[in-house]
Amino acid sequence: MGESGPVRGRFARIWPHVVLVAGILTVVFPFLWMFATSFKQGADIYSIGLIPKQPTLRNFAHLLENTMYPRWFLNSLIIAAIVTASELFFDSMAGYALAKLPFPGRNVVFILILSTLMIPTEMLIIPWFLMFTKTGWIDTYWGVMLPGLISAFGVFLMRQFLQGIPDDLLNAGRIDGLNEFGVWWHVALPNIRPALGALAILVFLGNWNAYLWPVIAIESAKMRTLPVGMSLFSGEAGSEWQLIMAAATLAVIPVMVVYAMFQRQIVEGVALTGMKG
Amino acid sequence: MTSAGSGVSRRKRGLSLQQRTSMWGTAFMAIPMLFFLLVRIYPALVAFNVSLHNWNIMSRSRPFIGFANYATMMADPEFWNAARNTLVYSVIIVPASLALGLLTAYLIQSVNRARGTYRMVYFLPYITPTVAVSWVWRWLFFKNGGAINQILIALGMRPQPFLESVHQALFCVASVVVWQGLGYYMVVFLAGLEMIPSELKEAATIDGANRWQVFRTITLPLLNPTIVFLAVLGTIRSLQIFTEIMNMTSGGSGQGDLGGPLGSTMSLVVYIYRVAFYQFKFGYASAMTVALFFVILLITLVQMRILNKPVEY
Repeated sequence: MGESGPVRGRFARIWPHVVLVAGILTVVFPFLWMFATSFKQGADIYSIGLIPKQPTLRNFAHLLENTMYPRWFLNSLIIAAIVTASELFFDSMAGYALAKLPFPGRNVVFILILSTLMIPTEMLIIPWFLMFTKTGWIDTYWGVMLPGLISAFGVFLMRQFLQGIPDDLLNAGRIDGLNEFGVWWHVALPNIRPALGALAILVFLGNWNAYLWPVIAIESAKMRTLPVGMSLFSGEAGSEWQLIMAAATLAVIPVMVVYAMFQRQIVEGVALTGMKG
Repeated sequence: MTSAGSGVSRRKRGLSLQQRTSMWGTAFMAIPMLFFLLVRIYPALVAFNVSLHNWNIMSRSRPFIGFANYATMMADPEFWNAARNTLVYSVIIVPASLALGLLTAYLIQSVNRARGTYRMVYFLPYITPTVAVSWVWRWLFFKNGGAINQILIALGMRPQPFLESVHQALFCVASVVVWQGLGYYMVVFLAGLEMIPSELKEAATIDGANRWQVFRTITLPLLNPTIVFLAVLGTIRSLQIFTEIMNMTSGGSGQGDLGGPLGSTMSLVVYIYRVAFYQFKFGYASAMTVALFFVILLITLVQMRILNKPVEY
């Protein structure tokens, strides 16, 4: 072989980095090209260079002036925030009852909720559309949000974590004169903060990125969420890639900012719920 | 409640702890239960019902036609095209994601430096909005001037039609799904790898096993639950593939030219969407969603037998 020990050792230590860095280039390049294109103009758009020759903000200005991008952003924010708050509240409430408050028929209720996990969203979309057309909820925030306000997965996850709280802790709260609502709110919930955080992240991201139901439930331009708005705008923009990439950049940046702040919690939250769920 | 005097305190005390608990439990469950009945279970039954009718949103009469929609489905070449494509998506996406996810996780676990950075970067695409990811890749794959063709030309190779080709478009879409989902597989595999006691590997190494042998005889078998979990989840997710196809391969006419050149990227859910919301055949579309439900149910039941826990999709 002719290889000396240290060289082999160094090679064994370095080659995983080589593969991983190659992978990172594949992951990062599309983002870099997206950023670059969004600042380009003219013939430069079709060059591979990652640094725009004459950087311009015109593409972003075009979006802000000719589309309802700020409104779509606000719509997405409102919808994702309300759905997240609702899920945290109701999922943990139902999870608490299923974990800690025996009531008649509890097992049946639990199995019923669990079984709804097997119903794919695709099957519910036509019935929702028919129901919401009748009630006039199509093209409203309420119509977009309602199907996600409580989730079986969230209830199940909360139940798992709440089961881990010792009964003595809850009883101490009861002896202190708290009613069951108070025990849930003041004793149980503070004990599962990491799980609540993980659920909040999953629900928020899921709703921020949601496409299938919003694209059906939304009709007017002003009600669009960011993904729906971006999708329809890009479809109409033809080959104006600089505009489409500017739209994509504006959709990606908020996610990246949030990710930069809560990177560890987000990754660990997904790992936690992915495995323990 | 015999005497009025001690009525209030008696009534309060009168409920046993057990009764009070069950009362609170019922109160806590009331809204969630109503929600699941009205927003999940009832609509699921509606879907079955609609699938048994000739339910066109344009016409007022919706005659009951039994299982005719299912018969239509079995004889519809477009349905079978979409079903076959969906199967091809799963067959590509699931093994590729498992292999690359495990490789990435394994390598990250084996290095000492920059672990956190690797994990952070590889996970990024997973949390990026799929619509944005799809359009960025549509631009990368663009035939005239897209980055990939420019790189191919620079390397002296011939440019490819990619998303405009009947033969390549589906693979392009599948590769984007793998690219975006890789971070998730990696994170779950990392969690699985961390649960394997290092003593086992050390013992095997002392016994003279090389890296590959340790991986094959210890790591892989102990990762089995993780692999099954991800395989099932990945299969169910790829059966529902929609957003990538809609955004990467739909034409710009707004007339329902979805699913790529000659329907070559058309998945089941995209086809259902087109039948329902472009052709307004709600009955037929519902029948196909019911079929999808049974396929997913079957997979879920199999995985519950194996792992005994539910999966989100």
